[in-house]
Amino acid sequence: MPELNHYLQLLIDGLSVGSTYALIAIGYTMVYGIIGMINFAHGEVYMIGSYIAFIAIAGLAMLGIDSVALLTIAAFVASMIVTSAYGYSIERVAYRPLRGGNRLIPLISAIGMSIVLQNMVLLAQDSRGKSIPDPLPGKFDLVAGGAVSISYMQVFIFVITFVAMIGLTLFIARSRLGRACRATAEDLKMANLLGINTNNIIALTFVIGAALAAVAAVLISMRYGFINPNLGFLAGIKAFTAAVLGGIGSIPGAMLGGLVLGVAEAFGADVFGDQYKDVVAFTLLVLLLLFRPTGILGRPEVEKV
Amino acid sequence: MSQTTHSPLKTAFFSALLVLAVAYPVLGLKLTTVGIKLQVHGASPTTLWAIAACAVAMFFWQLFRDRLARAWQSAPRLPKIPARVSNTLTLPSTQRRVIMVLIVIALAWPFFGSRGAVDIATLVLIYVLLGLGLNIVVGLAGLLDLGYVGFYAVGAYSYALLSHYYGLGFWTCLPIAGLMAALFGFVLGFPVLRLRGDYLAIVTLGFGEIIRILLRNMTELTGGPNGISNIDKPSLFGLSFDRVAPEGMQTFHEFFGLSYQSINKVIFLYLIALLLVLFALFVINRLIRMPIGRAWEALREDEIACRALGLNPTVIKLSAFTIGASFAGFAGSFFAARQGLITPESFTFIESAIILAIVVAGGMGSQLGVILAAVVLTLLPELTREFADYRMLIFGALMVLMMIWRPQGLLPMQRPHLELKQ
Repeated sequence: MPELNHYLQLLIDGLSVGSTYALIAIGYTMVYGIIGMINFAHGEVYMIGSYIAFIAIAGLAMLGIDSVALLTIAAFVASMIVTSAYGYSIERVAYRPLRGGNRLIPLISAIGMSIVLQNMVLLAQDSRGKSIPDPLPGKFDLVAGGAVSISYMQVFIFVITFVAMIGLTLFIARSRLGRACRATAEDLKMANLLGINTNNIIALTFVIGAALAAVAAVLISMRYGFINPNLGFLAGIKAFTAAVLGGIGSIPGAMLGGLVLGVAEAFGADVFGDQYKDVVAFTLLVLLLLFRPTGILGRPEVEKV
Repeated sequence: MSQTTHSPLKTAFFSALLVLAVAYPVLGLKLTTVGIKLQVHGASPTTLWAIAACAVAMFFWQLFRDRLARAWQSAPRLPKIPARVSNTLTLPSTQRRVIMVLIVIALAWPFFGSRGAVDIATLVLIYVLLGLGLNIVVGLAGLLDLGYVGFYAVGAYSYALLSHYYGLGFWTCLPIAGLMAALFGFVLGFPVLRLRGDYLAIVTLGFGEIIRILLRNMTELTGGPNGISNIDKPSLFGLSFDRVAPEGMQTFHEFFGLSYQSINKVIFLYLIALLLVLFALFVINRLIRMPIGRAWEALREDEIACRALGLNPTVIKLSAFTIGASFAGFAGSFFAARQGLITPESFTFIESAIILAIVVAGGMGSQLGVILAAVVLTLLPELTREFADYRMLIFGALMVLMMIWRPQGLLPMQRPHLELKQ
């Protein structure tokens, strides 16, 4: 069954890319759920996360540490800490002073922020891409002869994404802060009256989103082993598509949307050719907004006066 | 707002740490590829000291913020611009007069400026045209369009392709390019304009990228990444500005019995650009006083109230989007004619961002503001080469700072309005 094997392989590849889209998409969806705005600089946070991962890996390798596990953990920790700082700063600089005005204003300031971040990295780290060798070479053959296979890196991506998703779901559903998050998303003013420090909660959502984007950044940059300062733009748009696909504002929706987008892209690239891979995502976004703007799991939005 | 009070020392320490966490890993460490190995090196001592200084400054600023604010308030003030002056400056009639003066200067410019000056002025005029077009969409109708460069590309490629395959001239193609861009605007706008503002921003962003990817990949038609070269220059009623006229044409200098001067061509291109800008100014000035223009602004202010008054938001948005796109089409076909060579890389998101920065800096909805911003933002990188590297960084920062301190732009225009005296 060569046909079936081929599609099975596409499905595996699509799901592994899609699960990282889902991680980035959560950042968009959480911020949107609470303040109803799109964090345009989120893609750049992802890009910075992958730079920090490379810096951590290359820096420790220079110190003579060659244990893959240690390098990976260091990449995750460093990347998550730094992007959290970025998430928090973006909220303080580009969003908090502008809250409550015309909707266009924070949007433009966030676009400005994203241009600043991209060009900052471009100037500090120069425009040439950087690459590292695959830290986890090798793969499992699922069908004898290697017609369908799953690489160790892909397994690693699935495991980490799964853990991150479970962790986030438990945090939102069970913890005190998670409850405060949900309350703030439901009704910001009321939550404020009930003694929740909503400013901190909003900052927290930016931080969580940024940290999850860092997880995705570490995974993707280790898998493909290549980064450049421009990759945040595309990753941002795709993750946003994933968030809209699942219904923006809904966390399970973002997870589902990411997986669906990853698979759609893998199959789309197979049918139309690799160079149209990105067009598939955009087209999907436009079609979706046309026919089902609320997404798969989203609630219809009632506009209030 | 409920705010737990932290000790100022703690806040200050935290802020300084944040500055370090943000700046040091990205700016203070540099990845370099040595052979096949990736290595990390510290940045120059100057950079490191600058980062440290920023962190310290942040620390003290947070620590003494309250006191500094008080000191600032009691400090002697610079005389502010009197309310009357700022009122006069933002009046539509004053702005119209200033625009008139600018037009006179622009008309005289090519006959006094050098060749280089005229050439740069032509570039400025392209951005003025783009800024005026995007101003309809963003400034007047309040729709954030991040894919405006897509329509610019449609206009440029319309002329380039028609001229390349069918040998059509610039003047035939100019309206066609405008119509093509408008058509694209219409077709794209139809599905997405029912959406809320932020969705619109991302979808238009995606659209701009789709156009560029298509142009790059449809190699048989568009020449792929190499683009289209040797695009014909415009002619004046069949008179060519080249040294030797092509088949069946006459040259300008032969017809008028002048000696050949290459600057004539540059001046001619400049005058075409000026003509396009004047046309745009005229049309937009008429439009904003028509019911449709009033409807754009009303929609920007309050969509729900508009609906209640029986206006159809989709039709109004679509008209703004289409008309805005058509000006990008004109600008695009002129750009193709001036450059003689276009590639998909001329139409990246950066261009959209520059045009948006022009509209935002000038004051959304204000034509004079947009013109002045286009002049300043286009001239700065041309005049100072050192500035060119930092251009996008500064544009981005400008967008953030403008939104925080002066969201109405540098030179906003007053609207006809009535106020209830309280």
